[in-house]
Amino acid sequence: MTPRWLIWLAGILLAAVIAAALYFPSLRHQVDKVAQLTEKTAEQARRELIPPAPARSGGPMVKAKMYWGTRAQDGTLRAVIVDLPLSDDPVLRAKQVLNTLLAGPVDPEARTLPPDAALLAFYILPDGTGIADFSEALGTSIPSGIQSEQTAVESITRTLEANVPQVQRLKILIHGQEVDSLAGHLDLTQTYQVNGSGVATQPPPSSTSITTRSIQKAYEKTKAATKR
Amino acid sequence: MLLDVRQRERISRALRTGLLGLTLAATLVATALAQASPGGTAQSNPASQGTAASAPAPATSAPQGIPAPLPPRVGLSLVVLDPAHGGTDLGARGTEGIRESDVVLQFAAQTKKALEFQGFQVIQTRDANDNPSFDDRSARVNAQRGAVFITLHVASTGLAGTARVYVMPEIPPVEHPNGLIPWDKAQAPFVGLSKKLGDLVQAELAKRFKGSPTTALVAPVRQLRTTAAPAIAVEISSVSVEDRADLDRMVPGVADAIARGVSEFKLSYVVPTIASPGGGTRP
Repeated sequence: MTPRWLIWLAGILLAAVIAAALYFPSLRHQVDKVAQLTEKTAEQARRELIPPAPARSGGPMVKAKMYWGTRAQDGTLRAVIVDLPLSDDPVLRAKQVLNTLLAGPVDPEARTLPPDAALLAFYILPDGTGIADFSEALGTSIPSGIQSEQTAVESITRTLEANVPQVQRLKILIHGQEVDSLAGHLDLTQTYQVNGSGVATQPPPSSTSITTRSIQKAYEKTKAATKR
Repeated sequence: MLLDVRQRERISRALRTGLLGLTLAATLVATALAQASPGGTAQSNPASQGTAASAPAPATSAPQGIPAPLPPRVGLSLVVLDPAHGGTDLGARGTEGIRESDVVLQFAAQTKKALEFQGFQVIQTRDANDNPSFDDRSARVNAQRGAVFITLHVASTGLAGTARVYVMPEIPPVEHPNGLIPWDKAQAPFVGLSKKLGDLVQAELAKRFKGSPTTALVAPVRQLRTTAAPAIAVEISSVSVEDRADLDRMVPGVADAIARGVSEFKLSYVVPTIASPGGGTRP
């Protein structure tokens, strides 16, 4: 004969298990929500605060010259012509070409900038100095080395030189701050010459006109960034 | 606490800048005194032509007809080797677990031996897995006379088995009211000499490593900017090699090339002599 108190205990435990099973999905949902909130970094919050760079919707496509690397990764840059709806405003135009540069070329091996880096802000001072503020990933995800860092900066300065003539010099910030170096090598305390001498040491090879899914993706990314 | 650290850094930087400034001011004053004194002669210094470094004449005045004694020529005697990165800064990392901060220590050790064999005194900015700041590394050479600075790197990219030498681009002449050179532009007067040293070392590297450039390349390397001495960066390709042994095989060649390049540079480089206030000279 089972004691009466044991039956009651078993009943209470069963009820507790059922209640826990019913509550579990709700608890899991709340944990996921909290995790998402903690993942939202200061940088993401900053990105949300930055006003978007509107694209000239419906405007004619302009042939933009982008400087990406080569598969050899030997520091040489190659000019690629991309059709983009570039704005007439130099600041917006600079944002568009830099976002396209960040989106990368068809061949991922020819990238000059890390894929997770983002342009946080761009503005031009009255003396023609362009200020490009990139996310921390530019410094942390780029292949470390004098050659690779110089190639990255050259790809930015040459692309600006080719598409935004108003920018004479370039100052690169990381997350709104001046930093000593890009990834331990190239000096970022100085401004880089954009129009004129530049930091480039090798002449660009002949331009190549291409229209591919990757370029379209880059364009879509630029468009999305400007609409956000 | 953060504020204290920043304040200490500022004070430390100010002290270093002040020390460098005082040294340069003393040089300028001594030069001016030497030129103003009758009978003083100017000693030509071919190695330092085109740069701010020049050998001043002795400050003592000599009787008419008797040439003033020339100051002793002080040559290059010290090499400061800088294995880059270290500590938490691993530098470039290869897929096979190769870390730049480790590899450069190996290159530095062998290069030190090769330089010492050539008769140079060698100082390293780090011997272990620590990470001095850019300024701390520069301070090691800026406190010396008759020294050159070589920072060693291993890249993530580039044709495997090649080596490149980098020197700073031209830095606009520094016009400071008190004649001092700001710490952050310390390399400015030495760019010409650095290029000469860079070309010599690069030529030696090109002989040993096919595919390497024949002359030094120009890049604004942060470490070089605050260095008040002929300074070059040597970058080896790369940490991306499949086998660490490929890099190990480059060690003797790189060390030998650097030692020979510096030895050749020594022949033409004369360290500027500073005249002491009481006359005579000191190396």
